[in-house]
Amino acid sequence: MKVIIMGCSRAGARLAGLLDADGHSVTILDTDAYSFRRLPTEFKGTALVGNGIDQDVLKRAGIEEVDAFVTLTQGDNRNVMAAQIAKHIFHVPKVVCRIYDPLRQELYSTLGLETLSPTTIFAQMLKEKVES
Amino acid sequence: MYIIVIGGGRVGYYLTKALLDEGHEVLMVEKNATICQNICNELGDVCVRGDGCEVATLTEMGVSRADMLIAVTGDDEDNLVACQVAKHKFNVSRTIARIRNPKNESIFKELGVDITVSSTNVIMENIKEAVPTHPLTHLLTIRDEGLEIVEVKIPPESVTIGKRVRELPLPPGSRLALVISQKRGPRVPISDTILQAEDRIIAVTTPEMEEKLRAALRGN
Repeated sequence: MKVIIMGCSRAGARLAGLLDADGHSVTILDTDAYSFRRLPTEFKGTALVGNGIDQDVLKRAGIEEVDAFVTLTQGDNRNVMAAQIAKHIFHVPKVVCRIYDPLRQELYSTLGLETLSPTTIFAQMLKEKVES
Repeated sequence: MYIIVIGGGRVGYYLTKALLDEGHEVLMVEKNATICQNICNELGDVCVRGDGCEVATLTEMGVSRADMLIAVTGDDEDNLVACQVAKHKFNVSRTIARIRNPKNESIFKELGVDITVSSTNVIMENIKEAVPTHPLTHLLTIRDEGLEIVEVKIPPESVTIGKRVRELPLPPGSRLALVISQKRGPRVPISDTILQAEDRIIAVTTPEMEEKLRAALRGN
């Protein structure tokens, strides 16, 4: 499977490493080349400097051929915008978008984006830990 | 009208000022507390401190009764999300976004933003109008119909000189509205109208057919 990950955050770098180890072809994007230090040394995919909300950059990253696109930058709005470009403009079959703000996550999931809110998930997990 | 302005930068500030002068009810959102306070000191209590993309902030501002939301922060993604939240959560009928990257214009339309304003494009259009040799100038966009009114100048060496309007391979959806000739002034073209060198043609077309129209009129 060909995958683009936008944002070489901790989660982004880790996901890139996992997918790469499973034999997938991974391209990871970040606006800051310094972020690529987080990638595991054995990472065999492509690390590309560029802004994922710019469709020219996305084309250069090969968005027209990918099977999946994951947005993991620190900005909810950047993630939302890039995910919508991937889904509605480039028709990427699988698009997953991280949104920290639970209300925004709710809105965009009703609008048809596949979204994950670490805030909601983590709070729920913590609650279960505390109550167990 | 009740208008919400997102972003208290220079564009937001002068926009709010102009809208207030026109007698509209305007409320601004700005993240930065100092900027927000300065605006309130200067323009009265028109600025709320908050994030214009957050449902809670917009609820507090009564966005559901707003006639229009204008997002003019410096970041395209923030403007997009503010407009989408206003549209889908609060049913604001008209949303306007400022964009930096001109390529985002079509993306924003596709994603439901009603109007986009790109400073880059505005400057480009002004430059084109000021440069008379430019082959095609945009004069007006009729947004709701997806049409635009353009001007094409017939160059002195064009192969279309001496041809009749009906002989030109005009693309579908394009109509010639006016021919302004140096000798005879403005005329409404008919199918027998003959093109002359230096004629300026005012035509209605669609953004997709623009290039074909230019080629049909100038013969290249």
